[in-house]
Amino acid sequence: MADATVTTPGRAPARPGGAPTTAPPSRSNGTSNGTSNGTSKGARARRRFTPSYATRDQLTGYLFIAPQFLGIVFFVLVPLGLIFWYSLNEWNVLAGTFRFVGTENFEKLFADPKIAPVLQATAVFSIGLVVLNLGLALLLAVLLNRKVAGMTVFRTIFFSPVVVSLVAWTIVWGFLMQDNGGINGLLQLVGVDGPNWLREGPTAMASVIVVQVFKNVGLNMVLFLAALQGVPQEVQEAARMDGASDRQLFWRITVPLISPTILLTSIITIVGSLQVFAQIAVLTQGGPGISTTVLVYYLFQQAFDFHHFGYGSTLSIVLFAIVLVLTVLQWQLRKRWVFYEN
Amino acid sequence: MQSEPMASDAAVPPVRDGADVAGRGPGIGRPLVGRAPARPSTGTAGRSPQRRSPWRKVVFYGVLSLMAVPFVFPTWWMITSSFKPINRIFAFPPELWPSNPTLDGYIGAFTVQPFALQYFNSMYIAVLVTAGTMLFSSMAGYAFARIRFRGQGLLFVVVLTGLLIPAEVTIVPLFQMFNAWGLIDTHWPLILVTTFGAPSVLATFIMRQYFITLPVELEEAARIDGLGRWRIYWSIALPLSRSALAAVAIFTFLHVWNLYLEPTVYLQTPELFTLPQALTRYTDAYGGEMWNTQLAAATLTALPVLIVFVFAQKQFVEGLAQTGLKG
Repeated sequence: MADATVTTPGRAPARPGGAPTTAPPSRSNGTSNGTSNGTSKGARARRRFTPSYATRDQLTGYLFIAPQFLGIVFFVLVPLGLIFWYSLNEWNVLAGTFRFVGTENFEKLFADPKIAPVLQATAVFSIGLVVLNLGLALLLAVLLNRKVAGMTVFRTIFFSPVVVSLVAWTIVWGFLMQDNGGINGLLQLVGVDGPNWLREGPTAMASVIVVQVFKNVGLNMVLFLAALQGVPQEVQEAARMDGASDRQLFWRITVPLISPTILLTSIITIVGSLQVFAQIAVLTQGGPGISTTVLVYYLFQQAFDFHHFGYGSTLSIVLFAIVLVLTVLQWQLRKRWVFYEN
Repeated sequence: MQSEPMASDAAVPPVRDGADVAGRGPGIGRPLVGRAPARPSTGTAGRSPQRRSPWRKVVFYGVLSLMAVPFVFPTWWMITSSFKPINRIFAFPPELWPSNPTLDGYIGAFTVQPFALQYFNSMYIAVLVTAGTMLFSSMAGYAFARIRFRGQGLLFVVVLTGLLIPAEVTIVPLFQMFNAWGLIDTHWPLILVTTFGAPSVLATFIMRQYFITLPVELEEAARIDGLGRWRIYWSIALPLSRSALAAVAIFTFLHVWNLYLEPTVYLQTPELFTLPQALTRYTDAYGGEMWNTQLAAATLTALPVLIVFVFAQKQFVEGLAQTGLKG
């Protein structure tokens, strides 16, 4: 750089390998000085800002995070603290009573004959959903991970329910699964007498799960597709050269390599499954009996239908505890079965 | 030279059984890669790409098409049924195409409830929340990624707790708080909580992850030129993060558009309802479901996003994949 300006003053040097010169130099010495000054200042700035800049930067940092941070404090942390306080009180909004009752709500919780079936329904829903969702998503991703014609169309099709409004999707399925609805209509065409899907104990929960699987499996499918495309080609080829069968290739190479994604999708899906509400409210209203009353739906009923805010808060704590335990558990488990993390 | 691509494309018949492939998980990659060149492919003639029989292809596409039915049929059934007169909705055999289409359902959708108003409510809330989330989450994400300030790590952990606590956990106290502030039966709870509360944390996280990857040199150059933090964020970092912002916009919009529990809890006046909530209220005087009206309203709710999706499919899928991968 300095050489170039010294040897060919006046013209911009067009040398191979020579960096494009900056503004036409007035004097060769001045330019080289200026450049070296500039870089050293830059290097210093990288290491440490001047105090005033750093102080100003601190303030800017706080201002930048303020809306989000205050939002979390006011709309997440304060309410979270409040459920613990509310759970110690009997609060009937209709009657306008609010009094401290200590652990009464927790005693009520353990004596509640409905809590066991509710937790059971929640578990059945979550397990059913996660197994079906991840299994189908992985199957679809493997099927679609080929470079043959039409794969984009199929991806679009399998993904499309994700963008359909949840309640609209649920309403249509509710419509289809009525006793005289479309599904039984189609079944009748082949001579099968379908059940009243949403009004019979065993089929109601299965129906809700299936509706939810079809709604969201596309999202996990896309995540798996991205993961599958990240599996190094050489590893697969090498395994093939060593004579691995398709099945061995999948279970011993592909699955271990995409295990971080499997962990991620399972966390998302499980936590999401605990939050299910709209589907239950639209399809079954928790019935028949309380066979599809999951925890969030029960919580909603207690708090907003029966106006037991204290007991509703106690149920919120249960929900929070389950989410917390599952997340921590999965995070711990990842050491066991996730083979590498990016 | 030629044998390599062929070997990868064709289904190679197992030369040996997979004894050494069946090693243990973590170490499996490296020895295989290392060993591969040491074992030259034997019998190159036998490895010519075997043409898979055309039937395999037919079966493959057949299976995929069959699997696509439960993904496509409901939407199809929703749209077609919304044009059927009420007495033909449960006709047997089922009509895949309305034999005498009518707009009764659509007229009903707008007359039974203030549907246009509800549509507007959903739309403006979703747009407002999406814009707000894009702004505030990118600001916070930028600060966490690029600005150094005291207590940064702790503050970030506090914000991340929002990812751990589902909105359903805090719905009871939130209702009480907004009740105390006199904001029940207004749109404020929906806007405030979704823009600033737990739902926006994932957005902040995504933006932070993205800003971390931007080259520092860009900002340093701008800083030497005398630009302040706000200008650096607004005119340099933000325009560069367009893809992450698009992802945030897509999933925020879908999230707000789909909210159901929150409006059910906070809103009582039909004029204030949002679409998901309104969809469930199409019942006649006896509480019976008015299916054609409901399906027409559902179609009007689902179709716009679906159409946008079909045209911007790539952005949707990549955007949502990005949120999932980085979340």
